[in-house]
Amino acid sequence: MEKDFGIAKKADEFLQIFKKGEEFTKDLIMENERLRFRVAQLEEAAEKSGKEERIRIYEERIKMLEEEFNSLLERYRKVEEENKDFASKYVEVESENNNLANLYVASYQLHSTLDFNEVLRIVLEIIINLIGAEKFAIFLMDEKTNELLPAASEGFSLEELPKTKLGEDIIGKVAKEGESYFAENMGYTNDINTSSPAVCIPLKIKEHVIGVISIYSLFVQKKSFTNIDYELFNLLAGHAATAIFSSKLYTQSERKLTTIQSFLDLLKEKPRK
Amino acid sequence: MPNILVVEDSPTMRQLISFAIKRIPESRIIEATDGIDALKKLSSEKIDIILADINMPMMDGLKLVSLVRNNPSYQNIPIIVITTEGAEEDKKRAISIGANAYLTKPIQTQELMKLVNSFL
Repeated sequence: MEKDFGIAKKADEFLQIFKKGEEFTKDLIMENERLRFRVAQLEEAAEKSGKEERIRIYEERIKMLEEEFNSLLERYRKVEEENKDFASKYVEVESENNNLANLYVASYQLHSTLDFNEVLRIVLEIIINLIGAEKFAIFLMDEKTNELLPAASEGFSLEELPKTKLGEDIIGKVAKEGESYFAENMGYTNDINTSSPAVCIPLKIKEHVIGVISIYSLFVQKKSFTNIDYELFNLLAGHAATAIFSSKLYTQSERKLTTIQSFLDLLKEKPRK
Repeated sequence: MPNILVVEDSPTMRQLISFAIKRIPESRIIEATDGIDALKKLSSEKIDIILADINMPMMDGLKLVSLVRNNPSYQNIPIIVITTEGAEEDKKRAISIGANAYLTKPIQTQELMKLVNSFL
């Protein structure tokens, strides 16, 4: 009986120890779970903080790229503006170049001959082809009568054009004053009064007027004058005047030379008789 | 190297057109004073484009255009006619007989260059 009691006591003690062991194990399991949970939490936090860091890096990179993009955009705009500027300058230079070419050709042609009729023909060509006039005339001053006489024309016969006294009408006034005349309404017209041109340009050698160019009508497609036309008028006023004057003198001197030569030949022939 | 035939009786216009066209890289300008002279040049040179005035002595530009268009050897050469006439019917007439394009005097160099370049 006593032996049984001892066994029961031992069993009870064992149970107690076992229970304590069970509780301790449960505690360990719980602690383990808590620690696992904590580790998971920490891992999650660490992962989160890594993501945030990456997001921060990405954001910085985006910001940097945006700044770079904006600066490139700005540079692109500046280059585009410069390009536009260059393009407009190119157009300007090109147009200036063309104008100079026109003036060069006109001047070159005017001084390319000493034949009076050829010079007049060239002046007509310049007015038709470079200015775009349809009906016009060149009047030259007769120093003896102080009259302006038609010397060449386009769109009219010379007989249709009036002789004009110096100081009379627009043509005479332009010749007297030496100042160009431009009517307010220029362009194509069928209603022509030969005494009142739309444009009248004096042909001057320094201040001496040797004649005028009178323009009555422009081509249908030529609506108004451009800057180059005014430059051409200036060129014609001076260069056409000298070309006409020198060719006239040359033609006269050639004629005189021929006369003198004929006379000399005649004199040479006389002694033989 | 494009060979450009300029047919124009006025030396002033010939020089002006040649001046402008010279700026086309490697272009060669061949000048003719009227339609007959142009036909002679066509038979002796390989021409890539013709620029012809309409009002010319001997043979005018319109006659030249119709002769070129009726000749199988030259019929594909582009022709630009230049004239003082600005009326629409004149333009239509030039195009109807075979001109490819039309320019009125006074010619604008930029316009001329643009047109010539479009056919090269």
